[in-house]
Amino acid sequence: MKKLINGVDSVEEQMILGLVKSAPQKLKKLAEGNIVVRAQKKEGKVALVSGGGSGHEPAHGGFVGEGMLDAAVAGAVFTSPTPDKILAGIQAVAADKGVLCIVKNYTGDVMNFEMAIDMAKDEDIEADYVVVNDDVAVKDSLYTTGRRGVAGTVLVHKIAGAKAETGASLAEVKAVAEKVIANVRTMGMAISPCTVPAAGKPGFELAEDEVEIGIGIHGEPGTTREKLSTADETAKKLLDKILADIDYKGQEVVVLVNGMGATPLMELYIINNFVQDYLKEQGIKVYDTMVGNYMTSIEMAGFSLTLLRLDGEMKTLYDAKADTPALKR
Amino acid sequence: MLDTAKAAEIIRAIAVRMEAEKDFLTQLDNEIGDGDHGINLERGFKAVLEKLPEVENGDIGGLFKGVGMQLVSHVGGASGPLYGTAFMKAGNILKGKTEASAADFAAAMEAAIGGIKMRGKSEPGEKTMLDALCPAYKALSEAIDGGAELKEALEKAVAAAKEGVEYTKTIIATKGRASYLGERSIGHQDPGATSSLYMLEEMVKCL
Repeated sequence: MKKLINGVDSVEEQMILGLVKSAPQKLKKLAEGNIVVRAQKKEGKVALVSGGGSGHEPAHGGFVGEGMLDAAVAGAVFTSPTPDKILAGIQAVAADKGVLCIVKNYTGDVMNFEMAIDMAKDEDIEADYVVVNDDVAVKDSLYTTGRRGVAGTVLVHKIAGAKAETGASLAEVKAVAEKVIANVRTMGMAISPCTVPAAGKPGFELAEDEVEIGIGIHGEPGTTREKLSTADETAKKLLDKILADIDYKGQEVVVLVNGMGATPLMELYIINNFVQDYLKEQGIKVYDTMVGNYMTSIEMAGFSLTLLRLDGEMKTLYDAKADTPALKR
Repeated sequence: MLDTAKAAEIIRAIAVRMEAEKDFLTQLDNEIGDGDHGINLERGFKAVLEKLPEVENGDIGGLFKGVGMQLVSHVGGASGPLYGTAFMKAGNILKGKTEASAADFAAAMEAAIGGIKMRGKSEPGEKTMLDALCPAYKALSEAIDGGAELKEALEKAVAAAKEGVEYTKTIIATKGRASYLGERSIGHQDPGATSSLYMLEEMVKCL
């Protein structure tokens, strides 16, 4: 294992400390736990709390700030934070309008957030949650835990965050978050795996000419293993799966070309070059595009494509001001 | 018969076992999950060991509750809430008892499994820890109904759990992260069922 770290036990805390020190006027870390909150607590709005395992940087701490999250709770690498830590995050930011947690659909995340929300309710904090499940690689059926929550989560942070900033009620913010979830789809692939620091070796191995299609964001293998093809063919494969899932024809969309951590921007732009032309051919209008590392798997190389089908309300909220370390608008 | 001191000895033995099996459990999890099961359990039981002196001089219920709370707050992932809930539910049944009969133990195990089913929204046959624990409980309770002592009944439970772990190799995961692999999960043994088996094995060794 070759990593720029100071020891496997200090990775998460030093990462959070470094993030906060990059924006000391805007962010702070709670004394206990790897929990990032806004430097100034904002009253009069629904507080948004997200989180999950570490290793997805800039998610989720990088999205704390005006127009997006109020708190992000980081667990160990690829491991959900525990209920006591999530509760501490909820307690720190809860104002008079309640708390909405944005949870990615992974078994551990959902269980730990559910326990934390039960504990918050015992303390008379009004708390609710939404579960993001944008990954079309996974069949949403009785035979799986359901679709995973991946890069589309960032757009839920953005749009629900903007809604919360307007002073909307918990029910209204939740409804907008659910609307984004209903309209956002993602599919990802990897050309090389990643290594969890505490494990010391990669989660899977790929031959020089092999790729994993349908990966999640925890270094786990995907749904199929294939031979490496061109950037255009690979992007088309992912897009076709997304386009087959919900009808985007004649719609306006936000495109997110997300790097998995070790993919050069050069390659992400090559992907985007194809994506834009292909969507145009399909009669889909691109309202805005984001290219970069938003939801990563440590040093995995690969990318995911996300499409969000917009309506008027989502468009307005997408355009609203956001000022966070990883997303400004 | 199980008393509080014996229960604490079991917990210590489980902690040692989890440390020893950390890499193997993680390797199993790498194959079909996200490769953190062994790491998480080792970290959780290390935290349990730190807490043990505070809770091992009272009743077994308090001891198990303390273990459960530590697991919930230090393991993370899915196994933290699941094992944590299991120990807390078992602790509820053994509340106030400094000695547990075989029947008490069976009742505690039944409650623990109920907690795992509730928290995980899961049933046996989905390639989870329940595929080791449910057959183990069935063998244990049948042995106790037949008049067996706790140690003998737990030996039967371990044998059933071993078969359960083998069974997980033959089925598709439909719960947890392994479910995303569909048929690719066949042939791999479930890490959660495996760690459950280790816990039962340590119980037998200590009795």
